[in-house]
Amino acid sequence: MNAITSYFKDIFHAIKTLLTGMRVTGYYFSHARKEIITQQYPENRDTLKMFDRFRGIVTLTHDENNEHACTGCSACEIACPNGTIEIISDREEDPETGKKKKIIDKFIYHYSMCTLCNLCIISCPTDAIKMDPSFEYATFDRKDLTMILNKPGSKIRKDVK
Amino acid sequence: MIEEVETKDAIKTQEYFVNMGPQHPSTHGVLRLMLELDGEIIKKVTPHIGYIHRSIEKMSEKDSYRQIVHLTDRMDYLSNHMNNEAVCLLVENALEVEVSDRVKVIRTIMSELTRLSSHQLWWGVMGMDLGALTTFLYAFRDREMINDIFEETCGARLTVNYNVPGGVMFDIHPNFQQRVKDFIKSFKTKLPEYDDLLSNNVIFRQRTEGVGILSKEDAISYGVTGPTGRASGFSNDTRKHKPYSAYDRVEFKEILMDKGDTFSRYKARILEMWESVSIIEQLIDNIPEGDIQEPSVKQVIKLPKGEFYQSVETARGELGVYVVSDGQKSPYRLKFRSPGFSNLFVLDHMVRGYKIADLVAMMSTIDLVIPDIDR
Ligand code: SF4
Ligand code: SF4
Repeated sequence: MNAITSYFKDIFHAIKTLLTGMRVTGYYFSHARKEIITQQYPENRDTLKMFDRFRGIVTLTHDENNEHACTGCSACEIACPNGTIEIISDREEDPETGKKKKIIDKFIYHYSMCTLCNLCIISCPTDAIKMDPSFEYATFDRKDLTMILNKPGSKIRKDVK
Repeated sequence: MIEEVETKDAIKTQEYFVNMGPQHPSTHGVLRLMLELDGEIIKKVTPHIGYIHRSIEKMSEKDSYRQIVHLTDRMDYLSNHMNNEAVCLLVENALEVEVSDRVKVIRTIMSELTRLSSHQLWWGVMGMDLGALTTFLYAFRDREMINDIFEETCGARLTVNYNVPGGVMFDIHPNFQQRVKDFIKSFKTKLPEYDDLLSNNVIFRQRTEGVGILSKEDAISYGVTGPTGRASGFSNDTRKHKPYSAYDRVEFKEILMDKGDTFSRYKARILEMWESVSIIEQLIDNIPEGDIQEPSVKQVIKLPKGEFYQSVETARGELGVYVVSDGQKSPYRLKFRSPGFSNLFVLDHMVRGYKIADLVAMMSTIDLVIPDIDR
C-alpha cells in the first residue's frame, strides 16, 4: 500500500514541479510585449547607438583643418603589447625657428593584430588617438585591415608640444 | 588495453574507447575526453588538453607588467575582472603601494558582477547540457544587463582590461550606480525563477541528486577549489581566508555544503549568486571618493628582485599568480595556478561507474572554461 501511495505522490510531485516551470514560461509568453529585450539587428542600424566608451577601432582624430595632435613620440607603439602600431617618422624644418622637428610620415595600424586593450590610448601624452565606437569591420581581404591613420596632407596642430 | 569482461548475465562485452570532443557542445570548448566504456558505463576518463594553448605564460615573459593584464582576460574569459585583479594586486603588493578605497570598492563590485554573470552563464549552459534549452535563454537575458554595465564603464563586454596596476583604467561611468541598482532590483525577482525553472524540476533533480559524489578528503587532495570544492565541505574561499580589495569590509557567507554530489555543486552556485547580490548591495551606495590611479606607480613598472604570489577567488576557484622577478620590466617567470586545471582532473575520480549522461551533468557542475585550463 505504502509503495503505491508514494508512487502516486511522486507522480503528482513531478507534475507540480513541471507546471511550476511552465508557469514561468507562460508568464513570459503572455507578457511578451513588456519583457522583450532582443533587438532587430541589422534593421535597427540607424537607431543603434553604442556606448561612448565602447572600443571599436583606434582612430587618429583630425580637426576641420586636417590637423592632428600626433607628435610621433612612439609612446603608443611601445605601450602596445601586440606590435599593432608602427610609427614611421620623419624630420621637417620648422619654418619659424628653423629647427628640425619630428613629424609622422605614416601611422600604420594593423587592425588584425589589435586586441582593443586601450593601452595605446592611455599612454598617448597628447590625446591624439582615441577609440571609436564604430563596428562592422569584417572584410574579405586581410590587407584591408592594415590602415594608415593619418590622412593624406594632414599636419600636426600648431599648439601641440 | 582492450580486454573482455564478463557481465552478470555471462554475455561477453568488449571494452571500447570513445572520444568525446574536442568539438563537443557539452565539453564547453576544445577539450577532448577519452572515455573507456563498458557498454554505457564509464570505466575511465582521460582528459586531453592543449587544443587552445596560447602560451600566455611564455608571452608574459616578454611583456611589461601593464601589458600582461590584458592577456589574463583571455584565460578564464568569464572571470575577466578577477584575472586582471590578480595581476594588478600582485604588482601592487610587490611595489608595496596601497590603492585608494575607491579603487578597492570598484574592483570588488566589478568582481562580484563578473561572478554573477559567470554563474548566470553556467546556469544557462547547465540546463542546456541536460536538454533544457529554456534556461539558456533566460540566463542570457539577465546576463545582458551586466554586459551593458561593463560596456558602459569599461568599454568592452568580455575582454574588459579594466584594472591597471595601481588602480582602474577609467572612473566609473555616471550611470554606473543607477544601472547596478536597477540590475540588482530586477535580478532579485529573477533569481527565484531559476529555482522554478530548473532547481525544483523533477527530471533535473533525479539526474543530479546523489550522483558524482566527491568527498571532502578527495576535494582537498585534488586541490579542487571554488564552488566545486565548497560543495564537498572544503572551506577554501580566498575572499574569506586571505581577504583582498574590499572583501574585509563586507559581510557575506561562505557557502559550504556537505553532500558533494552534483546537486550540491549546483546549489552552491545558486546560493553564491545571492551572496554576490548582497555584497554588491552593501557597497554600491557608498563608493568612497579617491584617486582612481595611484600616482606612485610609474608608467614603466619594475618589480624588485624576488618571488611573489597572489591569489584571488574567481568564479571557478582560486586563481594564483606566481612571479619570479629579476628586477627587469618583465617577469623572469610567470605561472598561473588556474582553478579549472585542478577541477578538471578530479573528473575521472568522480565519474567511474556512472553513465555518459551523468558525465555531462558532472562536467557541467565543475564549470569548466577550457582557455583557463590551457592558457
Ligand atoms: S599617437 Fe600619441 S603616443 Fe602615439 S606617436 Fe602620436 S603622440 Fe605619440
Ligand atoms: S588597443 Fe591595444 S592592441 Fe590595439 S593598438 Fe592599442 S595598444 Fe595595441
